[in-house]
Amino acid sequence: MPAIEVRRLVKHFGAVRAVDEVSFEVPEASVLGLLGPNGAGKTTVIRMLTTLLRPDSGQVRILGLDVVQQAAQVRRLIGLAGQAAAVDANLTGRENLRLMGRLGQLRRADFRARTEDLLSAFDLVDAASRPARTYSGGMRRRLDVAAALVSRPRVLFLDEPTTGLDLASRTELWALIHSLVEGGTTVVLTTQYLEEADRLADRIAIIDDGRLIANDTPAGLKAALGGTVIDLDWTVDEHATQAAELLGACLGLQARARGSTVTVTARDGSATVIAVLRRLDEHRLAPTGLRVREPSLDDAFLHLTGAGSSAAGTSAGLQVPA
Amino acid sequence: MSVSARVRGSLTERPAAAVLFGPVRDVAAITWRNLTVLRRVPRLLIFSTVQPLVFVLLFRYVFAGVASSAIPGVPYVDFLLPGVFVQVAVFGAMNTAIGLAGDVQTGLLERFRSLPMARSAVLAGRTIADLIRNVFVLALMIGVGIAVGFRIHNGVGPFVGGLLLVLLFGFTMAWIFAVLGLVVGDPESTQAAAFPVMAPLVFASSAFVPVHTMPGWLQGFAAHQPVSVTASAVRASVLGGPTASYVWQSLAWYVGIIAVFAPLGAWRYYRSS
Repeated sequence: MPAIEVRRLVKHFGAVRAVDEVSFEVPEASVLGLLGPNGAGKTTVIRMLTTLLRPDSGQVRILGLDVVQQAAQVRRLIGLAGQAAAVDANLTGRENLRLMGRLGQLRRADFRARTEDLLSAFDLVDAASRPARTYSGGMRRRLDVAAALVSRPRVLFLDEPTTGLDLASRTELWALIHSLVEGGTTVVLTTQYLEEADRLADRIAIIDDGRLIANDTPAGLKAALGGTVIDLDWTVDEHATQAAELLGACLGLQARARGSTVTVTARDGSATVIAVLRRLDEHRLAPTGLRVREPSLDDAFLHLTGAGSSAAGTSAGLQVPA
Repeated sequence: MSVSARVRGSLTERPAAAVLFGPVRDVAAITWRNLTVLRRVPRLLIFSTVQPLVFVLLFRYVFAGVASSAIPGVPYVDFLLPGVFVQVAVFGAMNTAIGLAGDVQTGLLERFRSLPMARSAVLAGRTIADLIRNVFVLALMIGVGIAVGFRIHNGVGPFVGGLLLVLLFGFTMAWIFAVLGLVVGDPESTQAAAFPVMAPLVFASSAFVPVHTMPGWLQGFAAHQPVSVTASAVRASVLGGPTASYVWQSLAWYVGIIAVFAPLGAWRYYRSS
C-alpha cells in the first residue's frame, strides 16, 4: 500500500480550475518533491492532502485512509509545516512545541521529552524560553518544522520548508529529513529550490496550471531532455531572440532565449554544436560565448513548464526567493 | 545524527481516556494558550482595563450632574456602574474577534485544523479565555467603583447574580465577534469593523443614561436591545426592584444570539474552502 494515493483530484476556485485531474502515488518512506511555478496549485494540493480543503472530486488516501471520510484519523498520521511560520509568537519555543504535543493527543511525559529532543535537534535550546516573536526568521522556520514533528507523523508535509533559511540551517534540515525517511516517514515537500528537490526527492512531480505534467525521478527528468545542453551568449538580447527563432526554424532544435542567452537541448552534442555555429555564422549571429554541459533539473523544469519562453524577468523561471 | 535518530520514531498510541477527555483537554490547552498570551503581552489587558476605567471616572465626575436630574432618587454612580459592567462585557468581546483574526492571519488556525484535536476547541478556548479575562476586569471595576462611591443596596447575593449575568452576556457577545474575526481575518480591520457594531449597542442603550431621555424613535430599540435589558437587570440587582422580567429578556437574547452565531462561527471555522 502506498503512503499516499491521489486519484483524479480536482479543485475549482470559482471559474478557475486550480487543480485539474491530478493523480500520483507516494511509496512509504520516500520523498516526493512537488514543483511548479508560483500559483501552479502546489499549495492547494497540499491543503487537500492534509484535510484542510475539501476536493471537488477525486480521491486521496493517506495510508489507506480517505482524507474526506476519515479526516480525523488522517490528522493523527500527518504533520504539516505550512508556508507561513505558523507558531504563536507570544508563546516560547518550548510552549509552542508542548502545545502541539497536547493538541496532538500525546501523553504529557511523552510530549515533554519529545519537545526537549526537538529543541536540541533544531538548535533551539538556548532560545527555548524566549517568546517566538524574538526569534529570527530562520529560527521561527525551524520551530515551525519542529512543531510539525512533535506527534511523530508517519506522513510529513512540508510546504517550502527551507524558504528563508540560511545555507547551514538548510543543510541541517535536509539531513533531518533524510534521517526521518530512513526511519520510515513519508515526506511530501514543495520547494522553489530545484537543488533541494534534486538532493532530497526520490521522485519529482511537476505541476503547472493545475495539471501534473511530469512525475519521474530527478535523473529520469534530466535524461528525458536529451544528452546535452548548449548555452550560447550574445551581448544583446535581440540577437539571442533572433538566434533562437533561427535555430528553431532551420534546424528544428529546442532553443529557448532568456535575456541574452539561448539554451539548446540536443541528443547529439558535438554534431549539434557544429551545425548551430555554422548556421549562426551564415546569418552573422556568431555568439560571444558558448558552454556545453549536462542537463540540470532547472533545464528539465523550464522545458516542461515553458517558463523560460515567457520572457519573464526571473532568471530561473521559478519565483525569486524572498 | 544521533539527535535526528531520536527525533524519528513511531506514532504513539492514544490512551483510551484521552478519547473521552480529549475535547476537554483541548479546550483547556487553547484556553491556557490564550491566557498565557494575555500574561505575556500585558498591554492587551491594560488597554481593556484602562478604557472602562476612564469611562467610570469621566461619567462619574463629568456627566453625573446632567444625568442625575433624569434619575431622581438614585445616586448616578449606582446607576452608572452596572452600565460599565455591561460595557466591559461588550468591549471585551472585541478581543475575541481580534484574537481569532490574528490566528487566521498567522496561519495558526490552519495548523490547529490539521491537528487531531477537538475542532470546537479553538472557538471554545478563545471564548472561555475571554470570559476569564472579563472576570478580572469586572473585579477591578467593582474596586474602582467602590472607591468613587458605588454601593450595593440590595445585598451581595443578587449582586453576584447580576455579575454572572454580565459574564454570560460577555460570553454571548464573544460568539458574535468570533464570527466577525474569522470572516475579516486580520486584526486591524477587525478592530475597525467591530467599533461601528459596538458603539450603537453600548451608547444607544440604558447603560449610561436612562432611555426616556432619548428621542422617541430611538427608545424602542434602546429599551429592548440586549445591552439595555442586561444593564437593567444588573441595575435592579444592585438597587433592588423587580429583576425577573429583565433577566428573562436577557436570557432570551443570549439563547437567540448563541443559537445563531455559534453554528455560524463553527461553520466558518470548519469551512474547508
